[in-house]
Amino acid sequence: MSGKFLIFWALSISVLSLSIRLSAHHGNAAYDSTKQVDLKGTVMQFIWANPHCVLLFDVTDENGVVHWMAESENPTTMTNLGWLKSSFKPGDSITLRVIRVKNGRPIGRIVWAETADGTKLCGEPGAKLPLCGER
Amino acid sequence: MRKRIVAPVVAAAAMLSAPLMRSQTRRDGWEQSVKPPVKGQKSEPARVHDISGIWDPGLAAGIQALGAKVMPDDGTPEHRPPFTALGLEKLNQTKPSNGFRSTLAPESNDPVIAGDPQGMPREDLFELRTVQIFQTPVAIYLLYQFGRVWRVIWTDGRQVPQDAEPRWFGYSVGKWVDNHTLVVETTKLDERTWIDHAGRPHSDKLRVEETFHRVDRDHLELSVLIDDPKMYTKPWVALDKFAFDLEPQTFDVREMFWEPSEFQTYNKLLGDEAAGTDK
Repeated sequence: MSGKFLIFWALSISVLSLSIRLSAHHGNAAYDSTKQVDLKGTVMQFIWANPHCVLLFDVTDENGVVHWMAESENPTTMTNLGWLKSSFKPGDSITLRVIRVKNGRPIGRIVWAETADGTKLCGEPGAKLPLCGER
Repeated sequence: MRKRIVAPVVAAAAMLSAPLMRSQTRRDGWEQSVKPPVKGQKSEPARVHDISGIWDPGLAAGIQALGAKVMPDDGTPEHRPPFTALGLEKLNQTKPSNGFRSTLAPESNDPVIAGDPQGMPREDLFELRTVQIFQTPVAIYLLYQFGRVWRVIWTDGRQVPQDAEPRWFGYSVGKWVDNHTLVVETTKLDERTWIDHAGRPHSDKLRVEETFHRVDRDHLELSVLIDDPKMYTKPWVALDKFAFDLEPQTFDVREMFWEPSEFQTYNKLLGDEAAGTDK
């Protein structure tokens, strides 16, 4: 296997594994799938409810603290993806990737999220990530 | 030199992918660990004239957020049902929150978001999750996970009464056409329902034909045909051999509702702000 091919393969796998399909149950018109951002913050609240679970967390940047909100799917879908009502507790540190809303507010749709113990969870059942694999 | 470049790139790719490889734990409503069915593995033949069981469509296949699985509203001509002029007029009155014609969620006039029953055929075409099927000698009962809704298919040979009033789930009669295939006709459907999540309309003339085919003990397929001469110039397929796997008898189906109170809370907290309709 040539070096060039190996590099291409390695990069392709990485890019492919991070591409996602955006198809919310409802309301995907508010999101811009081309705008994704990785965030690190502290969990304030995790709401385990329909129609979508919502994570409230604070991110500190050079201008101070920004209060973020990010939604996932409903508890049924999230349970199938390995999430628990107790996956995120206030005070936990969190790392996640979100798709941002078009209006620029600190709101997103979760692509993946990493819990305080390092477990990485899929946020979208149709996302083309190994951890989001359809069974 | 080449090795020095390749190795770090491969390692970086592996590091990017490795944390993503953690497998998901699958649990039922009782928080029991449930082994996922093995795809493509045939089982022993099913019993004759029997579609009973707890049937799971997999993680996301039944959601159908963009509309009927065979006809997702993605803007392509091949996925556009054959509307009549009236059908097109009615279509333009629906405002779905997903798909090519999607509006912002708070502006949608989706009757299900407002709290109406999904009815038929939308029960098959949106949020089709785990379905529990029970049989008696005269009827088949289907218990749907989404909204904990049930319906009955009569198999005792009865006909739909001519003057029957429309119902959300209409009137369903089923007939075995071979040992493992049940064809179900549903008519007299309430016109307030949408066919799917993409807001495809229907009239009082809608006839829904479902074909349940039990492939073997562990596998069931469902096909759905939409026939409404007022809205569509010809019948169209909405589901084509949609696959379900049999769950163990001990499988507890998790509750799944779209509670109006939780919807309100969600919109107040995030939905309206995300859509920019909170001002």
